[in-house]
Amino acid sequence: MNWITNYVRPKINSLFSRREVPDNLWRKCDACGTMLFHRELSDALNVCPNCQHHMPISPRERFKALFDGGLFVEVPVPDPIPDPLGFKDEKRYAERLRDARRKTGEHEAMLVAEGEIGGLRAVCAGQDFSFMGGSMGMAVGNAMIAAAERAVERKAPLVVFSAAGGARMQEGILSLMQMPRTTVAVQMVKEAGLPYVVVLTHPTTGGVTASYAMLGDVQIAEPGALICFAGPRVIEQTIREKLPEGFQRAEYLLEHGMLDRVTHRHQLRDELAQILRLLTKAPPRSHGDLPAPGDEQGAPAEGDEA
Amino acid sequence: MRNYLEFEKGLADIEGKAAELRALARSDPQMDVEAEAEALDARARKLLEELYSDLSAWRKCQVARHPERPHALDVIQTLFTEFTPLAGDRNFAEDLAIVGGLARFRDQPVVVLGHEKGADTKSRLERNFGMARPEGYRKAVRLMDLADRFGLPVITLVDTAGAYPGKGAEERGQAEAIARSTEKCLSIGVPLVSVIIGEGGSGGAVALAAGDRVAMLEHSVYSVISPEGCASILWKDAEKMREAAEALRLTAQDLKKLGVIDRIIPEPLGGAHRDREAAIAAIGEAIGQMLDELSGQPADALRQARRRKYLEMGRKGLH
Repeated sequence: MNWITNYVRPKINSLFSRREVPDNLWRKCDACGTMLFHRELSDALNVCPNCQHHMPISPRERFKALFDGGLFVEVPVPDPIPDPLGFKDEKRYAERLRDARRKTGEHEAMLVAEGEIGGLRAVCAGQDFSFMGGSMGMAVGNAMIAAAERAVERKAPLVVFSAAGGARMQEGILSLMQMPRTTVAVQMVKEAGLPYVVVLTHPTTGGVTASYAMLGDVQIAEPGALICFAGPRVIEQTIREKLPEGFQRAEYLLEHGMLDRVTHRHQLRDELAQILRLLTKAPPRSHGDLPAPGDEQGAPAEGDEA
Repeated sequence: MRNYLEFEKGLADIEGKAAELRALARSDPQMDVEAEAEALDARARKLLEELYSDLSAWRKCQVARHPERPHALDVIQTLFTEFTPLAGDRNFAEDLAIVGGLARFRDQPVVVLGHEKGADTKSRLERNFGMARPEGYRKAVRLMDLADRFGLPVITLVDTAGAYPGKGAEERGQAEAIARSTEKCLSIGVPLVSVIIGEGGSGGAVALAAGDRVAMLEHSVYSVISPEGCASILWKDAEKMREAAEALRLTAQDLKKLGVIDRIIPEPLGGAHRDREAAIAAIGEAIGQMLDELSGQPADALRQARRRKYLEMGRKGLH
């Protein structure tokens, strides 16, 4: 140990080691227990290669995989007044927020971005379950409004990836008011004649399900996602009986007519591209160097994928 | 026999004594108890004033849930004429937890909707204690559409612990039904006036309350989650409901300060259940005024103003 290691090493460490190496290189699949190397898991978009269980994915990682070339521009979301009620339970709300920001590196529970999906411009909003359970407070409301406004401005479809435990209790009634507020955002998009597609991911519950997450022109869910208004525990307490296997899971909702599709995360990008193109009457995507079908001149259609 | 709340125990004792004295006097006309009984009455009144001048949030929850509080049907039967209930969602069932239909309010044809908790054991069961299933919200959507089609104002009376958390309700799309009902509130081109008369429980309340004007009775509550639910999640102890009620800021007074509601309807001393007629009359006054404020506005202007109202919501804090 000399002055160089003492002096230089900590600085180098702080420059290069943070965030680069995950605390744990191996992660156990929540469903089948297989040990998965972190790189393998992130390459598979956090879907277990062994059992296809869909584990949570951050909006940023999702957007990288979703937008063409992994390129997207974040849409700024105005900050709401912080901690409007001065809420405190066992911990102050302000403190919980600070912790969530530190833990996730994100500012709030919904990220808004725009880019191209299969050559078509789209605005996407992704909810982050790891940020205070994705809960819907005024910031999520602001994000939905910012997303809707940007979609209308760009005449682009809006795709929302929902994931939330529900409303953010720490904002009390103001979190409840995000239900009508986000509904107005959805109406703005719909009235502009633009597609509004919802992808429900695990879990989507409470006031989020009961507002923008169930108002899509097309409703898609990821396999196995829990989607409900009241959670299974609350229901079991109310009716005092065991719930059936798979109750409130995406597949169960599909069977009960509550969803259009249940789609594997790996197929989601192509499926969204196709649906958005059909709804906006855009020509089909061309693949490789083939001319776009239906394009009589044989010239590549505008905005087609390279 | 009056139904006393837990914090009214002292009051129950005094009023009980006064009633006992008067009963004694009836059986023995020689006894002169009136002076004493009146003194007790005065004491009771003073205590009542004290208790209700500064109700804590949790006590307000208890008052809002008082079984003798006027419910939606009491309000409808008193304030409206020609009430013609309309039933069913045309898909699955009639949900008695939400009542609704055509009626006249001060001669004006309207559509009125409300959560109905029921007044006795039988009707409470029939009405599922005012906790609606998807059918209730789908019926609400249908009736709001009807109002929109014929240019009738809509009046909603909100009083529910929340949407029913049951297996069938979930299977039939409780969340979607609530979302559509809120969406309908925000898209009709006729005035929508809401009064929270008791409990405004979460999404199940919002689904009928996303109106142009929202009023709350003085001791009613409106919250994202019940204090008990909040306590069990955040405090990990359902017994902390007093703390949770306080923290949630669910009183009419706090909601007015936050700009979430437009007006507070005063209640008679001791709460709406102590003088139901007066309370209902005050509700009628407020509805009349709110409807007047909105009358004559074109459909699109109403819709735009309503949406702006919700887009703006949350620009105010409490500290």
